[in-house]
Amino acid sequence: MELNTLLVGLAGVLAAAAPVLFAVIGETITERAGIINLSLNGTVLLAAMGGFTIAYKTGSVPLGFLAGMLIGAIVALVIAFSSITLKQSQVAVGFVLALACRDLAYFLGVPVLNQSGPRLPGWSIPVLKDIPVIGTLFFKQDLITYLSYLIIFLAWLWIFHTRPGLMLRGIGERPAAAFVRGANVNRMRYIYTIIGGAIAGLAGPAYSLSVKAGWMGTQSGLDGIGWIALSITIFGGWNPLRAAFGAYLFAFLQWLGLVLQSKLPGIPTQVLQVAPFPLMILTLLLVNISDAEWVSRMLAAMPERTRRALMKLLRALRASPPASLGVPFESE
Amino acid sequence: MNVELKDIYKTFGAVRANVAINLTIPAGTIQGILGENGAGKSTLMKILSGFFRADKGQILLEGQPVIIQSPADAIKHGIGMLHQDPLDFPPMRVIDDFILGRKGNLPMGQAEAVQDFKKLAEQFSFSLDPETYVDSLTVGERQQLEILRLIWLGARVLIFDEPTTGISAAQKEKLFAALRLLASQGKAVLFVSHKLEDVEGLCSSVAVLRQGVLVGEAKPPYVTKQLVEMMFGKAISVGARNPCGVEKEIVSLSKLSVEDYRLKVRDVSLTVHCGEVIGLAGMEGSGQGLFLRAVGGMTRTVGGKILIDGRDLTGRSYQTFKAHDVAFLPAARLEEGLVPGLNLTEHFILAEEPKGFFINWEKGRLLAQRRISEFNVRGTPANTVESLSGGNQQRALLALLREQLDLLLLEHPTRGLDIESTIYIWSKLKLRCKQGMSIFFVSSDLEEILQYSDRVMVFFSGKVTPPIEAATLTTEKLGELIGGKGWPTKPGEQVSESTSGKGA
Repeated sequence: MELNTLLVGLAGVLAAAAPVLFAVIGETITERAGIINLSLNGTVLLAAMGGFTIAYKTGSVPLGFLAGMLIGAIVALVIAFSSITLKQSQVAVGFVLALACRDLAYFLGVPVLNQSGPRLPGWSIPVLKDIPVIGTLFFKQDLITYLSYLIIFLAWLWIFHTRPGLMLRGIGERPAAAFVRGANVNRMRYIYTIIGGAIAGLAGPAYSLSVKAGWMGTQSGLDGIGWIALSITIFGGWNPLRAAFGAYLFAFLQWLGLVLQSKLPGIPTQVLQVAPFPLMILTLLLVNISDAEWVSRMLAAMPERTRRALMKLLRALRASPPASLGVPFESE
Repeated sequence: MNVELKDIYKTFGAVRANVAINLTIPAGTIQGILGENGAGKSTLMKILSGFFRADKGQILLEGQPVIIQSPADAIKHGIGMLHQDPLDFPPMRVIDDFILGRKGNLPMGQAEAVQDFKKLAEQFSFSLDPETYVDSLTVGERQQLEILRLIWLGARVLIFDEPTTGISAAQKEKLFAALRLLASQGKAVLFVSHKLEDVEGLCSSVAVLRQGVLVGEAKPPYVTKQLVEMMFGKAISVGARNPCGVEKEIVSLSKLSVEDYRLKVRDVSLTVHCGEVIGLAGMEGSGQGLFLRAVGGMTRTVGGKILIDGRDLTGRSYQTFKAHDVAFLPAARLEEGLVPGLNLTEHFILAEEPKGFFINWEKGRLLAQRRISEFNVRGTPANTVESLSGGNQQRALLALLREQLDLLLLEHPTRGLDIESTIYIWSKLKLRCKQGMSIFFVSSDLEEILQYSDRVMVFFSGKVTPPIEAATLTTEKLGELIGGKGWPTKPGEQVSESTSGKGA
């Protein structure tokens, strides 16, 4: 394969990963606060349909994106209200919303089905686009893809390097302790759930106004993306950088499947299409391997310096969920 | 800072937790708050630290009345509380935990925080690495972290809720030194405990609570008998030692070796006769827990033999040990011993031998009823286990044991219990010893080890002493052995040969 073709292909991977990325980062922020937004799949579909419809009716792409965020925020508000205020099961409510929003998207989307509408134009960043290799890879995309790079970094910075981000981690980990240290736990959970929902809502228009413009109902190829995002959130260990790596890895594996299909006709297409999923599970296993007892046994037998280095590496790789994920909080 | 509690009342439903409590704590003193479980100590402290609001009454700081509506309010007024289970964030780094909750700019300001942390830690001579993770610390170290954090936030009144539960003797010394330092800096220290010896050794004044009422105050020199009478309203005596007379070998260990990835316990040989109580002492994680679990078939042994009642059970599973009348009561009552969410009747049905497919609820309820009254558990058959207090959970666990037992393995049988429950539980255990049951128990409470064991084995980073007659031991001698002092230097002489895990 020629270098340029490869670069364009990989640039396509970066763009195609944007919707998954928004969903993953949104979910990461929500879950860091201790709330599971299981409606992700429905949210993304409804936001894709809604975003495209608004952009189609008004002719304004930015309004389409805003509509997507608003839809994400509203669905998240329902989750927050039912779980924080009404103390209902987040899993049950999330599941029902995931199904309801999906069907709602297909039903309400009928008028704009297969219509051609506006889409976000590509915009290469001056100067940066001329850097060899990197320019083609990263800087000949559109605005929403650039935003997807930025949001990874911003979310990571917020969670791990700011005071409110530290409190956010505390709230998801041990709300009682966070409360003692002055946090209004339930208010913060509302806020982060809604912000996370709005970011996840961007995933919809990022698809229907950019990656694959238009609304094609059940043929969109978007159904299922929310479930994948949920698993990548776990794989990413609730860390935006690792989650982003997961999202890109997934998009890359899917692209690889498409490319290899033509190169290796001997392998059934189904195998290549399904391959990304077991590969993701395998990675997940490797990442969390330090939890196994035999690993610590093996480590103990190693020389002190090797052991320390390995322990550090494994510790960095290990991901444990926010301890109070899905647990309601009451301040006695 | 001078603290004054004036006429504090608090009720929960029908329970009167605090009634007309008046207490003054001058700056620079350590005030002991003594009382059995449920006496209202914690409620009073939670009122002072903003968790609860009093139904009636006033809190005065330096003579000024203050209104404290939340823990955050309390810390603003300079009142900090250290909870029995430190309210920290286990998966975070020490420094993150330290910063969390401190007001400031958007960036975390880690560099300055590390500086302040190190300065404070030095002042208290705590050796904590700010870069390690909280979940790798011991309970004692987590307490140290909380102390530093509260001081950093400007606390001038510090409340310690049962801080000596679950920490080693050495850490206790360190904690007490820190508390004395705090008092000498002019801070008011409140020390909540049900352990007489801790209170007597530390406090410059003691207030005793019973059933929500402040029944009396005492100043040193303390008279233990008088404090006990105030706590319980009556004098309580401790049961005497009563070994079983029959000569029958229950357990015989020959050259037993166990190891996990940190620790190796080597070549322990021991014969235990019926009715004997063997106390396993040592700092947490010195190998005694590992050894105990090995004797019960819960940890794989790497060498040697275990004979229970003459039968070789080496390498068999806990189920087999259980079938040979061995039982194990873990320290984590709710995690390993009981099933939260199930009520007492369901527990008794689970504990009985499984017979038949359908459950005979009526029979279960009657059985539960009988055992509950027999073991003096405060609860009904329909109570879920997590709704019981710690002492009652432990009694329920004892009640769940089968009637026919040869060997009982206990981990911290009375951790977190008040004196009355402790004495009750040991009286029940001793009764069973009289009937021929032997006991192995792990405890970090030296008094308990000396009081109730016939023989004691001390563990120190995998090394084990041969069984020592408890009657020949003193608290000082035991404390030294636990701390690693007074061990013979030549292996094989008195102490069974063993190596510690590091680098081996």
